[in-house]
Amino acid sequence: MRLLLTATGALALSLSPVHAQNFDDPEEFAKQQEQLQAEPNGPEGEPWLQYIGDGMVETADLGVEAPATVCFSNAGVNNPWRVVGFTNMTEELANHDSIEDFVHVDAEGSDDKQIADIDDLLAGGDCDVMIVSPNTTAALTPAVERACEAMPVIVFDRGVNTDCPVTFVHPVGGYGFGIQGAEFVASELDEGADVLMLRILPGVDVLETRYSAGRRILEEAGMNIVGAEFTDGDNAKTKSIVEDYLMRGNIDAVWMDAGATAVAAIEAFEDSGYEIPVFVGEDQQDFLRKWQEEDMTAIAPTYPTYQWRTAIIAAARVIEGEALPGPEWVLPQPAITQENLSDYINPAMPPLHYAMCGCDDMEGYPEAWGGE
Amino acid sequence: MTDQSAAPDRKRRRLPQINPVWVLLAVLIAGIVYMNPGFAEPTGYMNFLKRAAPLAILAAGQVYVITSGGFDLSVGSLITLVVVGASMLTNNDPSATYWVIPLMLAMGLGVGAVNGAIVCFLRVPSLIATLGTMITLNGLAFLWSGGAPRGYLPDTFRFFGRELIRDVPLVRFIPVSVIVLIVVVGLFAWLMHRTNLGRMVHAIGDNPVAARLAGVPVNRVRISAFMLSGLSGAIAGILLGGFAGVSTDVGAGYELEAITAAVLGGAQLLGGRGSVPAALGGALALTAIFTLLNFLGLPQPVRQVVQGLILIAAVALAMHRRKRTGT
Repeated sequence: MRLLLTATGALALSLSPVHAQNFDDPEEFAKQQEQLQAEPNGPEGEPWLQYIGDGMVETADLGVEAPATVCFSNAGVNNPWRVVGFTNMTEELANHDSIEDFVHVDAEGSDDKQIADIDDLLAGGDCDVMIVSPNTTAALTPAVERACEAMPVIVFDRGVNTDCPVTFVHPVGGYGFGIQGAEFVASELDEGADVLMLRILPGVDVLETRYSAGRRILEEAGMNIVGAEFTDGDNAKTKSIVEDYLMRGNIDAVWMDAGATAVAAIEAFEDSGYEIPVFVGEDQQDFLRKWQEEDMTAIAPTYPTYQWRTAIIAAARVIEGEALPGPEWVLPQPAITQENLSDYINPAMPPLHYAMCGCDDMEGYPEAWGGE
Repeated sequence: MTDQSAAPDRKRRRLPQINPVWVLLAVLIAGIVYMNPGFAEPTGYMNFLKRAAPLAILAAGQVYVITSGGFDLSVGSLITLVVVGASMLTNNDPSATYWVIPLMLAMGLGVGAVNGAIVCFLRVPSLIATLGTMITLNGLAFLWSGGAPRGYLPDTFRFFGRELIRDVPLVRFIPVSVIVLIVVVGLFAWLMHRTNLGRMVHAIGDNPVAARLAGVPVNRVRISAFMLSGLSGAIAGILLGGFAGVSTDVGAGYELEAITAAVLGGAQLLGGRGSVPAALGGALALTAIFTLLNFLGLPQPVRQVVQGLILIAAVALAMHRRKRTGT
């Protein structure tokens, strides 16, 4: 058996990619840690318009005239976060008269389809400005470069390896997300406390950076990491994993890289008859409600869906010839804490609605987001 | 090595009729208890049974279809549809549970009847027919929910998958889902091994032409087998929704796990041979493999490799035994 395990272990190692991306970059970590503390520019209370840093790009000479057609190549609407974000985007369109037409193509989570989508949009010749939310960074870079040659491009969410877009809209990032949760855990517990880390799946850059940053902070604070497990984002699996860990030992805190299965993890403690420990979730309504109902000690870092609004705002500014933050538009990335928890809870919204949507004052709220 | 022909006979006499799945299960359980003595406590094994219950029920239904000579790939999507549908229909109203649960069970029977009808009357092979319903049901669940869960399941609905009955002598507590497991698997086993329906399921899987000539209503029996599998899918969905709440991919992968469990229990792909208790053993063994690999704390990729190898080895062993004993 041991031989078998060694052999399979060696096999697994040899199969791992040689040119693995660096998901634990101390420079990027330090930069994002700083950005979390930075005072953003722009109107207070409207974080989708705010930006960290001073860089601006002029757009008057880009040669786009209002009204214009905006084309959007979307990596997918294949998870609740993207469903909420895309709704933000379509609702934001109503605010901009300079956008005459909006063309949306959904790549359904496939690099190949998204590359073909972008080429089709370019060949169609109807687009004046293109927004791209890339499925993966490296694969989409050449397609975005081709688009840049034809028209102004705005990239958001995940980036590309080229500086040709007018701007790249994104919140602080994955390291920032990991830092906020882990620093809260470290501030609530003493050295040597037992922390369970739950992750969705390996290999996704925005999730790997959350984990590496979280782990770094927890280790520096002297926490005892009892395990780091993949849940596949599955409620039943999450609950089973936590039950197994409870059977074997103590858990003082649960750190999660995404909050969709947080309630299932909390239920594992309830059903096994344990106190709910310190929790790191996310801004999904079901977690926020549970947090309030059970009076938990918790924090909800966010990866704000309001960046989908910002992408449209950036496109409108390009059309109108106004300056905009660039070449990176870094949005603030607030965490929901005990102090502002009640501001974000809305029982009328679906369980996996992301509360940090910046959408509460929009015209179609809450019906357009599935609320009642 | 000199009396090869006599060896199998002697072996068979010495090892009377014990299905290797039980040996496998015993070895795995011993391994788990060795790794984690807490497993021998009621909390340990009751949690294990609670977790295995949906798969075991699914395998008990699947074994009907496999024995009759088919596959049912639609049960995973059916589970998702049941969980999503129940959350939409109950709409946070605890009293809605009393009509939603029967409706979901009826839906399971209905999906099974449709599968059976496609196989019998449109002559589509069951692998393709149920692949089609699998994709269709997934699409329906997506349409119904809009891609993200829209509601919660009330506690009355979650009772079956989540609650415990406390203060039970000897074991301290019993999860409700374990009681559901015992009742459902008991009924399925009785139906398979003590009634005429079970004999006819075996007959049409073994040799449909001979069965028809002998007066077995082949279509009716085949449709019944699919309906029982659909029913098991609906029950598994009610337990899974109860255990962990609403998500839009809860059933993903369960169809293959159910088939694996049935085969681990010695059911013969393409029909003619299958046992409900052994499928239960297969489901418990499969869950035990998952649990043991969790306890070993291996990294995820290594776990997957080991899991795949153990499955192939276990089924190969079952096949080897069958060839030698001719049963």
